[in-house]
Amino acid sequence: MPEVLLDVQDLETQFRTSDGIVYAVNGVSFHLQEGETLGIVGESGCGKSVTMLSLLRLIPSPPGKIANGKALFLGQDLLTISDEAVRQIRGGQISMIFQDPMTSFNPVLTIGRQVSEPLEIHLGMSHKEALNRVVELLDLVGIPNAQDRINDYPHQFSGGMRQRVMIAMALSCNPQILIADEPTTALDVTIQAQIVELVKRLRDEVGMSVIWITHDLGIIAGLADRVAVMYGGYIIEEAPVKELYSHPQHPYTIGLLGSLPRLDRKQHHRLTSIDGLPPVLYEKPHYCPFAPRCKFAVEKCRKENPSLEKYDTSHYLACWVDTETGSER
Amino acid sequence: MGRYIIRRILYLIVVILVVSMITFGLMHAIPGGPFSREKALPEETIKMLEERYHLDDPLWKQYVDYIYNVLIPHFSTTAPTNSLQDDFLVNAKIGNVWFRWMNFGPSFKSRSRTVNDIFRDNLPISAQLGTMALIVALVIGMPLGILAALKQNTPWDYLGMGVAILGVSVPVIVLGPIFVWIFGVELKWLPPTGWGASPPYLLGFLPSELGWEFFRYAIMPSIALGLGSSAIIARLTRATLLQTVREDYIRTARAKGLQERLIITRHALKNSLIPVVTIIGPMFAALVTGTFVTELIFGIPGMGKYFVTSITNRDYPVIMGTILLYAVFLVIANLFVDIIYAYLDPRIRYD
Repeated sequence: MPEVLLDVQDLETQFRTSDGIVYAVNGVSFHLQEGETLGIVGESGCGKSVTMLSLLRLIPSPPGKIANGKALFLGQDLLTISDEAVRQIRGGQISMIFQDPMTSFNPVLTIGRQVSEPLEIHLGMSHKEALNRVVELLDLVGIPNAQDRINDYPHQFSGGMRQRVMIAMALSCNPQILIADEPTTALDVTIQAQIVELVKRLRDEVGMSVIWITHDLGIIAGLADRVAVMYGGYIIEEAPVKELYSHPQHPYTIGLLGSLPRLDRKQHHRLTSIDGLPPVLYEKPHYCPFAPRCKFAVEKCRKENPSLEKYDTSHYLACWVDTETGSER
Repeated sequence: MGRYIIRRILYLIVVILVVSMITFGLMHAIPGGPFSREKALPEETIKMLEERYHLDDPLWKQYVDYIYNVLIPHFSTTAPTNSLQDDFLVNAKIGNVWFRWMNFGPSFKSRSRTVNDIFRDNLPISAQLGTMALIVALVIGMPLGILAALKQNTPWDYLGMGVAILGVSVPVIVLGPIFVWIFGVELKWLPPTGWGASPPYLLGFLPSELGWEFFRYAIMPSIALGLGSSAIIARLTRATLLQTVREDYIRTARAKGLQERLIITRHALKNSLIPVVTIIGPMFAALVTGTFVTELIFGIPGMGKYFVTSITNRDYPVIMGTILLYAVFLVIANLFVDIIYAYLDPRIRYD
C-alpha cells in the first residue's frame, strides 16, 4: 500500500467581496498517494485553483480566508504550521506551475535569476552553482542552447518554451508533489501535447506525485490515475480514471464527457453542452449546486445538498439521482 | 539606443522651434510693450529704445533674428566685445576662430544684465534648490509609499497617507512662513532667508563649497518645496506597489518559497518603479528651473521670479529665455526617464 502524501480534509475557503462573502471552496476532501497523479476537473470558477492555492496558503488574504479544514502533508497540517515552515515547503517539497506562462514570470528579471531562486533558497546553492544547475534543468525540459539563454528575459521566449522553463523551475528541487494549475490552457494544441508528454516523462523519472488541474478531460484521460470532478466548490464525483470515463454517474460528469469528441465510439454522436454557467455562491447552498442546470434534477435535489458518498469500490459520488433510471436513488 | 538618443535630441530642435513660435506669437499678442509705463515715456524715447532693441522691425524678422542668435552657432575671427547685445552662453576659442553659441539677448527690464546673466547667476541657485527638493521628495516619498503599501489598511498606512494628504494640501505658501517663523525666527536654528552659495559655481551650477554654510540655508526651503512632491510620490508608489504585488509573477515567487523581503525588493520594487520614474521627469524639470513662491518666501535669488515678472514687464527676451529653458529641461528630463525605463524594463528597447 503506497503511502498517503497529502490528505486534505473539509477544506473551506471564502472571499470577502463588496457583494458579500463568496463561498469558493466548501468542504473539499481528497488525498494523494506517493507516485500518484490526481486529475481535478471542472469548469472555470468551480474552485479548483482556489483549493490548490489554499493548500500552499497562496490565497491573497484579505480578501481570501481559509475558514476550515486540514491539509496534512507528511503528518503536518499545512494550514496551521508557521509561515516560515510553509515557505520552506513551497517550491521545495511541493511546487506549483501556473496557467499563464506569459504573466507568471517576472518580466524584468532574467530566466537564470528566476529559475535559480528555488535552488538557492531550498538547497542552499550559491548563485553560480545554481546557474550551472539551471542550465542542466533547462536542457532537461528541452530548451535549446540553454547555456546562452539563461541571461534572456521571459519575453524572449515563446509561450511553450516559457511553460517548459516554468516546469524546470518547479522541478528544480525535486519536489514530492507537483501541482499543475491548468498549465496547458494558454498554449496551442500541439504545444499542449508536448508539455503533457514532458511532465509525464519527468514524473516517471523523478517519481513524484502530480495534481493536475484542468477543464480538459481529454488531457486527464492519458495522464491521471484518479480524477476528482469539482462543481460549485464541492467534489461531486471521484473515481479512477478508467472507471470515471466508462461509468460516469454524476449528471455534471456525464455532461462534461458528452461535450468531448471521442475516437473510441463506433458511431458518430453529437457533442452536447451544459446550459448555463457555474454559480457564484454567496451562501453555502442547502441544495445541490448543480440542480439549476441539471436535466435529471428531482424535487430532493432542490432541497438537500448531497454529500460525497461511496458509490462503488473507490468510486465516490454526490448525487441524489440514478441517471440510468432518472429516479431518486 | 545611441540612435534613439540622437533622434530625440533632433526632436528637441523641433520642440524649441514650435515652443518659441507659440511663445513669440502670444507675447506679442498681449497689449502693451516693454516700455509702456503708467506715466508714458516721450514718444522719441520709446522710438529710440525700440530702434535699439530692433522692436521696430517686422515681427517675422524679429523672430528670425532671435532664432538665428539662439540656435545658429557663430564663428568669427575677431575677439568678442561681450557687450549686452553680444553675450553668448557658449564661448570657445578654437585656433584663432571664436566659436560662439546661444545669445538670448539683453533683458529689457534690468538694463545692465542679459538673459544669459540670469542663466549663469540665478539658474544654478534654482537648480541647487530644486535638486535638493527632489532628493527630499524621493527620500521621504518612496519609503512612505512602500511602507503604506506593505502595511496596507493598518495604522502605518493611514499615518503615511495622512502625511501624504497633508503634504499635498498644505502649499508652500503656508508651510514656508510657518517654517521661517518656527525655525528661523523663534528657535533661531536656521537663517530665515537667503542662500548659501554664490557665483562662481563649480562646473557652472554646483556650489563651490558643500558644507554646513550651504546646507543651513538650504534645509528649510528644500523641505518646504520637496514635501508636496514627496506626497505625490508616496501616493503613486503605494498605488503601483499594491498593484504589483497582485501580479501573477509575485504569486509565482511566493510559490517558489521566496522570503517576503526578497519578493518585495527583488520582484516587486523594480516593476513598481516605472510609473514613479515617469512623474519624476517633469517634476525635476519644474523644480530645477525655479519655483516662484518658495524662492520668494525664503528670499532665494533663483530663477523663479523671472518666469512671472518677465511677463508682467513684457520683458520679451526673458520671457522667451525662461520658457525655452523650461522646454529644454522638460524634454531632456523625459529623455532621461526613457533611458531609465529601458534599464528598468528589458522589454523596452528603442531601436
